[in-house]
Amino acid sequence: MEQPTVITVDQLTKKFGAFTAVNAISFDVKKGEIFGFLGANGAGKTTAIKMLIGISKPTAGKANVAGFDVTTQAEDIKKNIGYMSQKFALYDDLTVKENSAFFGGIYGLSRAKIKEKSNELIRELGLQKVENQLVGALPLGWKQKISFSVALLHNPKVVFLDEPTGGVDPITRRQFWEMIYKAADAGTTIFVTTHYMDEAEYCDRVSIMVNGKIEALDTPQNLKADFKAENMNDVFLKLARG
Amino acid sequence: MKRFVGFVKKEFYHIFRDRRSLFILFGMPIAQILLFGFAITNEINNVNIAIVDHAKDATTTAIIDKISSANYFSIVQIIEREADIPAVFQQGKIKAILNFEKDFSQKLITNQHAQVQIITDATDPNTANTVSNYINAILQQYQKQLNHEVSTPYQITPETRMLYNPELKSVYMFVPGVMTIILMLVSAMMTSISITKEKELGTMEILLVSPLKPFQVIVGKVFPYIFLSIINAIIIVLLSIFIFKMPIQGSLFLLGLESILFIVSALALGILISTISTTQQTAMMISLMGLMLPVILLSGFIFPISSMPLPLQLISHIIPAKWFIIIIKGIMLKGVGLSFVWKETLILVLMTLFFIGLSIKKYKIRLE
Repeated sequence: MEQPTVITVDQLTKKFGAFTAVNAISFDVKKGEIFGFLGANGAGKTTAIKMLIGISKPTAGKANVAGFDVTTQAEDIKKNIGYMSQKFALYDDLTVKENSAFFGGIYGLSRAKIKEKSNELIRELGLQKVENQLVGALPLGWKQKISFSVALLHNPKVVFLDEPTGGVDPITRRQFWEMIYKAADAGTTIFVTTHYMDEAEYCDRVSIMVNGKIEALDTPQNLKADFKAENMNDVFLKLARG
Repeated sequence: MKRFVGFVKKEFYHIFRDRRSLFILFGMPIAQILLFGFAITNEINNVNIAIVDHAKDATTTAIIDKISSANYFSIVQIIEREADIPAVFQQGKIKAILNFEKDFSQKLITNQHAQVQIITDATDPNTANTVSNYINAILQQYQKQLNHEVSTPYQITPETRMLYNPELKSVYMFVPGVMTIILMLVSAMMTSISITKEKELGTMEILLVSPLKPFQVIVGKVFPYIFLSIINAIIIVLLSIFIFKMPIQGSLFLLGLESILFIVSALALGILISTISTTQQTAMMISLMGLMLPVILLSGFIFPISSMPLPLQLISHIIPAKWFIIIIKGIMLKGVGLSFVWKETLILVLMTLFFIGLSIKKYKIRLE
C-alpha cells in the first residue's frame, strides 16, 4: 500500500549573499519513513533543516511539511513537527516530569494530556525511580531518550533529529534506534541526520548532500550497489571526495 | 496564556534552584544597602585625635574642653614634644593633632592673634578633610563666643542650612545609588545571562522550533525578573525607611512607576546584550563592564557629574542610570512630583523605547 507523502521539497534554495548554502534540492518523504539526511560538515544539511522546520525562509523553491508550506505557513508547521538537536536540549535543573510538563505545555497540550503522556514516557523508558530527579544528574544516554520522547510528546507528524546520537555509546545508540523504529511503525515520519555511517544503514532511504546539492538518494542497498561499495561508509567517501 | 504561565513557572524553577542567582537576587541588595549604610560613610564619629599644648593656659584648656565635649572626637593622647608627632601618626590610630603655640592666651589678648596648627593624616584624604573642617568649625564657634563680649562693628555671620539632608547622612546619598545598581544588576545582567544560558544549552533552538513566538519566549524570560526587581526595590526602600530612618518625602506611587520604567529599560539592555553574546560568560562580562562600571562611576552616584571633565559629562548623558538617580533623589529626598522630573522621565522613556526597538531588530537579524 502506498503511503501518503509528508514532506515534499522542490528546488529548495538558500543563499547567503553570493554563497549558495542549499542549491535547488528536491525530494519526497513518505509517512512512516525513516529518511537519512547525510552530508559532510558544511554541506548545507543544517541550513536545509532550518528551512524545513520553519525557522529560516528559503531564497527560492518550495517545500511542504506535514501539509503546510514552509514559506507561508511556518507557524502551522511548528505545531505539527517535533525537533531534537544534537545537544539533547532539556533543562538540567528541572526534573524529568517538569521537563515533559513544560514542553507539553508550550505545545498547548491540556494538563490531563500532559499527565497521561509523561506517565507513559516514564513507564516506557523505565524512569519511575528517577522521575523526580533533576535531569542534570542523569547519564547522557538517558537524556537522549528523554529528549526524543519529549519531542514526540505532542504526536507530531514528522520528527526532525539533528545528529541525535552524538557522544553516546554503541549499545545506547542501538537502543535509541529501536525507539526510532517504534515511532516510525506508529506512523511518525523520521527525518534524521547523522555522522555514523552504520546508522545510515538503518534508514529506509538515504540522501547524501555535497556542497549544497543532493548527489545521491536511494535505499542503502541500492546506493551500495550503484557505487559498488561494501558499506555506506565507502559510498559516502566516494561521493564526498568527488 | 496557559503557555505563558507554564513558561514563567519554569523560569522561577531556574531561579530558585540556582543558589548563586538567588544570592545575587536577594543577598546582594541587602548586603549592599547595609554596607553602604553602615560601613562606608562620610560622617565622622569618635575620631581619635591628639593634642600638643605648648601654652597650657586658660584659652587652650577651654578649646580642648570644647573639642572633647563634641561627639565627633575623642582626645586619646597628649603629646609633650613636637618631635613625637611623626611617630604618633605612624601608629595610625590618631587621625589629627592640634598644636597650640606658646603663650596662646597672652598672644590672643596682646596681639589679638594666636596660632593653632591642625595636622591631619591625609593618607585618607576624605576623612582628613572632614576632620579638619569639623575642628575649624569648633574653633570658629569658640572665637565667636569670645567676640561676643568685645564688640566689633561689622560682622558677617554665615548661617549654613543643609537642605534635604540636614544631618548630612551619607546613607541618604547612597540609597538611590544602590537601588539603581541593584535594579540594573538584576534586570540587565540576570536576564542577559538567563537568555544566553538557553542558547548555550540548545534549548533556545527547541523553543524557536516550538509554536511559541520569539516575542513570547522573550517576554516569558523577562517577566520573572520584572517581578523580582520590583520586590528588590521594595526591600531597599523598606530597609532605608526602617533601618536608616530615611524619610521618603515624595510619592511612593511615583517612585514605584519610575522604578518600573527603569527596570524595563534595564531589561531591554539585557535582551540587547543577550542578542550579541553567545555564552553566559560574555553576557556577564558585557553587563559588568558595559553597564555596571558606568553606573557606578559616571552616573553621579559616587562622583559628582559637574566636576567631571567635559567628555565624561557628555558620556554620562547617555547612561540611563544617571537620569534615574536624578529622578529618585528628587522624589526620595526633595519630595518633588512628576512636574519636576518630567524631563528626566521623558529621556528615560525615549531611551527605553530605543533599547527595545534595537533589541527587537537585533533579535530578528539573528533569527534570519
